[in-house]
Amino acid sequence: MTVEKVLEFSDVVIVYDNFPAVAGATFSVNAGEIVLLQGANGAGKTTLLRACAGLLPIARGSANVLGCDLRLDRLAVRSRVGLLGHANGLFQDLTVLENMLFWSRLVGATRNDVDQAMDAMGLSGRLSETQVAKLSAGQRRRCALASLIVRRAQLWLLDEPHAGLDAQGRDELDRTLRAARDAGATVIFASHEIERASALATRSLVVASGTVKPA
Amino acid sequence: MKKTVKKTGRSRVASAVFIKDLRIEARSRVVTNQVLPFAGLIMVMFAFALDNDDVLQRVAGGLIWLATIFSLFIIVQRSFAIDTSDSALDSLRVAGIDLSAVFLGKSIALSLQLIALDVVLIAAAFLLYQVQVSVIGLVLLVTCVICATTGLGFVGTLYGGLTAGTNGRETLLPLLLLPVVAPVLIAATRATEAAFGSGGAAISEGWAWVGLLAIFAAVFGVGGSLAFGPLIDE
Repeated sequence: MTVEKVLEFSDVVIVYDNFPAVAGATFSVNAGEIVLLQGANGAGKTTLLRACAGLLPIARGSANVLGCDLRLDRLAVRSRVGLLGHANGLFQDLTVLENMLFWSRLVGATRNDVDQAMDAMGLSGRLSETQVAKLSAGQRRRCALASLIVRRAQLWLLDEPHAGLDAQGRDELDRTLRAARDAGATVIFASHEIERASALATRSLVVASGTVKPA
Repeated sequence: MKKTVKKTGRSRVASAVFIKDLRIEARSRVVTNQVLPFAGLIMVMFAFALDNDDVLQRVAGGLIWLATIFSLFIIVQRSFAIDTSDSALDSLRVAGIDLSAVFLGKSIALSLQLIALDVVLIAAAFLLYQVQVSVIGLVLLVTCVICATTGLGFVGTLYGGLTAGTNGRETLLPLLLLPVVAPVLIAATRATEAAFGSGGAAISEGWAWVGLLAIFAAVFGVGGSLAFGPLIDE
């Protein structure tokens, strides 16, 4: 049985602010994996994740994400990936439900999809009518993850997803990522919390000096 | 998870962005509680500064549009602040949607807010500057407001997007935008003066200026739709 490759980077160079933040990264990720990116601050993890989402141009090398060549068509991959960076990408003045309905309208998802995503993230009931600005950090994170579910992202790219969450929130996040994997998504996430992240990940990679190596 | 999301049309994205922007404004009331009083204060301050009914009636059109353009800077910055405060603009980019539809939705929402602002400013001009308008003049005035605010909505959204991710955007936006909106200021002022009959201007003289406003709106509508996506992306 052949394993579907969701991501293939070969000798990829990404220049950010005139600096080669990623210099010759070669790695691949199979469908259904949960891959942890480890590395010191400034190693290039965030740049790598943003490039995988098609937000940064590839200066050199070959990069293929979900069958799309990132060098030729960065836009094509965007509708199929979900990127959750340090910020949550939410509208603070809208309620949880209004945020979800906004994203559902953009991608053509149904109200049923929204309800399912909010149920999965424990955002139903009174919480759904709460303004995002009034939520705790953990609740906002869950709201952001719910938006990835609504968008049915096939590749989840998460930068420090555990940051700012309490113990319960972290457990919920881990459960959500495993559930996403079980539902067919692939997850790549960067984290400094090695012990927890390693338990969650099916494989770990180390990003150092702009290159990627197995842990 | 592998179920593919159906492709959404440009109008659907534009309407979602339009509704989102207006809903946020309705909730935060920045235009109502901050921009409107600011624009009203400009009108009052000019009334104090010029302190002459004849002069005020003569320059009322210009004062309305100066107040509109100063207010435009605040509304544009607010419009993009809600998209950049939690990196929602990045999420919009990653969503793979047609960014020209985002441009359209934001522009129309901005224009609608400017129309509401202008209604109040024109009412203030009637009250403070004692200007008068005939029925035909009112038709010219309404057309002028629609064309001018549409153009300002397009150009404001385009330049708001251009400066959204930059340092010092608060000062950069007026610096870049003021020269570009100068034609709107001139044309809308002349058309409004014609509608008011200020300085003996005939109403028929105003329609040529409204034509210029319509051309401005069309140019920045088309140009903005084409340029907004690449600008946001880079």
